[in-house]
Amino acid sequence: MPKSQVSMQVNGKAVDALVEPRTLLIHFLREQLNLTGSHIGCDTSHCGACTVDLDGKSVKSCTLFTVQANGADIRTIESMANADGTLHPLQEGFREMHGLQCGFCTPGMIMRAYRLLQENKSPTEGEIRFGIAGNLCRCTGYQNIVKAIQYAAAKINGVPFQEAAE
Amino acid sequence: MIPGAFAYHRPTSVKEAINLLAQFGEEGRALAGGHSLIPMMKLRLATPQHLVDLAGIAELKGIHADGRDIVIGAMTTQHDLIASELLSAKIPILRETSLVIADPQVRYVGTLGGNVANGDPGNDMPAVMVCLGASYHVAGKTGERRIAAREFYRSAYVTRLEPGEIVTGIRIPVPQAGHGYAYEKLKRKIGDYATAAAAVILSLNGGNVASCSIGLTNLAETALWAVEAAKILTGSALDAATVKKAVAAAEAITTPANDARGPAHYRTKMAGVMLARALAHAKERARG
Repeated sequence: MPKSQVSMQVNGKAVDALVEPRTLLIHFLREQLNLTGSHIGCDTSHCGACTVDLDGKSVKSCTLFTVQANGADIRTIESMANADGTLHPLQEGFREMHGLQCGFCTPGMIMRAYRLLQENKSPTEGEIRFGIAGNLCRCTGYQNIVKAIQYAAAKINGVPFQEAAE
Repeated sequence: MIPGAFAYHRPTSVKEAINLLAQFGEEGRALAGGHSLIPMMKLRLATPQHLVDLAGIAELKGIHADGRDIVIGAMTTQHDLIASELLSAKIPILRETSLVIADPQVRYVGTLGGNVANGDPGNDMPAVMVCLGASYHVAGKTGERRIAAREFYRSAYVTRLEPGEIVTGIRIPVPQAGHGYAYEKLKRKIGDYATAAAAVILSLNGGNVASCSIGLTNLAETALWAVEAAKILTGSALDAATVKKAVAAAEAITTPANDARGPAHYRTKMAGVMLARALAHAKERARG
């Protein structure tokens, strides 16, 4: 089967490549671009570990062909920290609030939370839980992930983070 | 999981898409959001030689009023349906239903056209379209036609679409202003298909039901239109005894599968529970 030419922006850089049409976006990112931050979890579009940001939408890159992303602007976890190594508020929030244990779901969680905060700058706890419903975590029980996102929202909004009483 | 090899096509008009699908025959498949088809391809349960991606066709997107109807392009996503102010004002059951489909990532790419055209009895929109009396705009090599949602579904994954035809739009008559609505869905977890779900649209006049329509999801080979149940309710004040009779009539037309969502008799009972809740919710919301 002939390969297809694709061009896209990935983490702010122009990428041109030849891909087989059947190449899933997650495989392209991990194996051709060596961006291994996005993970393959369930490989069936349930778990969200492969979530990346594509043209202002969170998508599961295991359920999208690379050719469908031709012309798109994509962000992965690798783009989140600043050039000087300082962390994005979401990354800082996950560290400060213990929002991860094994860390496998974290890149997908952070990319989904990034889009959620773009759409809703001050989400309620319920909105956060509904907003990350497509991302599974088998360690934390989600409580600290919710706190991590609340921490990041507060930091981005320039207001003090107040942990809710339990 | 790697799908079988295929050639990828990205037409920019409906005409071009139809010509491609006609040319490829059984070896071609139309690709919408892909969240039903791509998983099937990864399992090699579907092995199309040619994929015709509809995402580049601008005329398949958008939501607009057309006289007393609202027409929604087939490639409009569930995310778009949730965000639409026109739909929230005129046909709010579409927002309510979209919010219980899959999860945020899937709703960004999942399309209304794919949801209704696939013929999967687990999809939520067919029962809502049956409830609303929608019709589907269909285009194929031989021309365009409209098919009523209530006649579209023949059995699981089998519809009235002919080979090479695609759904291009969904036409919905706007329900009466002040109507009550609800989509109640029982599922095991976020993202699951319904164990049972019920869609209700009703209008009240002096506290009595002036009109009523009911659709049921995942309780038979196809979405169900519960005509008898709606007839029982029409003219009533939705009193407990009448609702009980209507629920029994709706349960009687269900033929759910025994599967991981529960045994058939349980799912039938849950259909009744969902319908009773949807009726109560719709009544609260209705004016008149």
